[in-house]
Amino acid sequence: MGRKVLVLAELKDNKLRNVSFEAIAAAKTIAEGGEVVSLLLGESVESLANELVQYGADRVVVVEDEKLAQYSSDGFSQAVLAVVEEEDPEAIVFGHTALGKDLSPKVASKLDAGLVSDVVDVEVTGGNVVFTRPIYSGKAFEKKIVTDGLIFVTVRPNNIPALEKDESRTGDVSKVDVEIKDLRTIIKEVVKKTSEGVDLSEAKVVVAGGRGLKSAEGFKLLDELAEVLGGAVGASRGACDAGYCDYSLQIGQTGKVVTPDLYIAVGISGAIQHLAGMSNSKVIVAINKDPEANIFKIADYGIVGDLFEVVPKLTEELKKLKVNA
Amino acid sequence: MNIYVLLKRTFDTEERITISGGRINEDGAEFIINPYDEYAVEEAIQVRDEHGGEVTVVTVGGEDAEKQLRTALAMGADKAVLINIEDDLDVTDQYTTAKIIATYLGDKEPDLILAGNVAIDNGTGQVGPRVADLLGIPYITTITDLKIDGDKVTVVKDVEGDEETIETTLPLLVTAQQGLNEPRYPSLPGIMKAKKKPLDELELDDLDLDEDDVEAKTKTIEVFLPPAKSAGKVLEGELDDQVKELVSLLHNEAKVI
Ligand SMILES: Cc1cc2nc3c(=O)[nH]c(=O)nc-3n(C[C@H](O)[C@H](O)[C@H](O)COP(=O)(O)OP(=O)(O)OC[C@H]3O[C@@H](n4cnc5c(N)ncnc54)[C@H](O)[C@@H]3O)c2cc1C
Ligand SMILES: Cc1cc2nc3c(=O)[nH]c(=O)nc-3n(C[C@H](O)[C@H](O)[C@H](O)COP(=O)(O)OP(=O)(O)OC[C@H]3O[C@@H](n4cnc5c(N)ncnc54)[C@H](O)[C@@H]3O)c2cc1C
Repeated sequence: MGRKVLVLAELKDNKLRNVSFEAIAAAKTIAEGGEVVSLLLGESVESLANELVQYGADRVVVVEDEKLAQYSSDGFSQAVLAVVEEEDPEAIVFGHTALGKDLSPKVASKLDAGLVSDVVDVEVTGGNVVFTRPIYSGKAFEKKIVTDGLIFVTVRPNNIPALEKDESRTGDVSKVDVEIKDLRTIIKEVVKKTSEGVDLSEAKVVVAGGRGLKSAEGFKLLDELAEVLGGAVGASRGACDAGYCDYSLQIGQTGKVVTPDLYIAVGISGAIQHLAGMSNSKVIVAINKDPEANIFKIADYGIVGDLFEVVPKLTEELKKLKVNA
Repeated sequence: MNIYVLLKRTFDTEERITISGGRINEDGAEFIINPYDEYAVEEAIQVRDEHGGEVTVVTVGGEDAEKQLRTALAMGADKAVLINIEDDLDVTDQYTTAKIIATYLGDKEPDLILAGNVAIDNGTGQVGPRVADLLGIPYITTITDLKIDGDKVTVVKDVEGDEETIETTLPLLVTAQQGLNEPRYPSLPGIMKAKKKPLDELELDDLDLDEDDVEAKTKTIEVFLPPAKSAGKVLEGELDDQVKELVSLLHNEAKVI
């Protein structure tokens, strides 16, 4: 028994993203004892394969090609499909990231398969693999099953816990040659706007600011708060549009979806499009001067007050806690 | 230029969501054009005005979607097509929807197809890329800028906040991200004109499709609301004490710091 599951690993700045390890954990559940094969694509990436094994992959297949140095749906789909043909898996798991969202529908279409996107939970009940996913901008959830053929899902980052890293685990790493050809879309230029440091979509603590911060200068208040907490800084659309910070910090339906342990919303009103990107956070704190602000409806803890007074005090108090610990 | 927009009628998720009989309760709910599809309609109109041609808006859905199609016509689209599946299909998924749309577009020789990046209700973002694949044309998702020069196309794609400038060629499918443009409101003359613009209605039969050809590959077995959050705790008292209490709660009660 058991299913063979193929999992796509994903890189950011030449490092494996956490979601790749979470996808392996999801694959383990789906596999029910079957083999979990991780797939690693890129120009020169073989050295990373072992880490995938340490996080639970039984085996790693590597496809290296200079045309895979940058993502393109044509190039990556050719590599994935070649490996799918060779491995013949019963299930496939991708991360629900910009790359996964772009690539998975094409691969599903080529395989004539269904696709369950943006999964936050996987369980096996009564012989069925059941997936939970948010719908209606996160206001509701649905449970889905695959009724015909291949099981294909993408998993939302930071929801399915990765397995404990086990450095003693070993597994086979093999290379497959795939001829990558006819790329129809060519990346001419990449303007990096994402800052170094903690990856927002994978951060355990997010401090997010809104239009209430009033200026780019004001927005800097959040840097220090995020730093004491070891977290990342995020923003509402309002703050991005007003030019207080870069769009790469935007959280919500059009921005990043985050699920940290702690989300601190500062001067954010709580529009539905913003909530769609953070309402699944484990603990939510709201700091807003308007007691009627929508953000308080989903907050676990709230302080009604002027953020310019509250945030510096909070940063100080957290520093004290750190010193005492 | 032969331009198509894929438009979905969606539940306005700003509304309160309730469940009855295991489904999202749609009685009395507000339905809108999926917001990302409004960007697609706007961009299509701008491309047509610059390069000439015709904009056709296509929806797979039921009779009720006529309203949203008329709105797109009032914005300035030229024609609308409703592929009405109400009577034929009970269960559909993205596989179904994409296959129906691609079958319809199969003999239309589109130069440019615009879709939304994601539908705000079901939210998978699958339909655009699936349709492109079935038609054998390239696609670029989440675009914030589009320039067309002959057959050459340059787009800016949003990738988790980074910007990629990508070159490709027509025919092409793109999906719209917020920031692409500011959708116009239908004008009064636009609304009057829209009443006379063609809105064709088709069924699966007209596309030579059987229910079996488009049978869904996935199924929803349960819909539920998240457990009601106990009302959050709004702190009181002197600000200094509130801050101390918050830190203590986060440390000792929630245990997240
Ligand atoms: C298709 C579409 C997609 C969208 N996608 C997103 C998205 O992905 N992410 C997103 O965030 N938004 C998105 N939006 C925009 C969204 O609707 C809101 O406009 C936006 O989230 C508002 O940002 P804000 O909360 O910072 O600003 P506002 O709504 O203006 O709120 C500012 C808040 O700051 C408070 N405040 C002001 N001064 C102080 C002070 N001194 N101390 C404390 N509090 C103070 C105010 O009380 C207010 O609640 C989208 C909209 C559309 C139409
Ligand atoms: C009669 C009926 C029954 C249904 N039954 C089910 C069901 O049982 N289970 C279920 O999960 N869903 C069901 N749906 C919903 C439907 O299957 C999906 O919502 C649809 O496939 C689109 O998927 P999505 O919302 O993920 O869109 P996305 O892939 O997120 O949409 C992206 C973009 O694709 C385009 N697009 C999407 N849908 C359409 C469309 N219908 N017409 C034109 N363009 C479109 C738009 O440009 C949109 O912005 C049903 C719908 C109808 C009308």
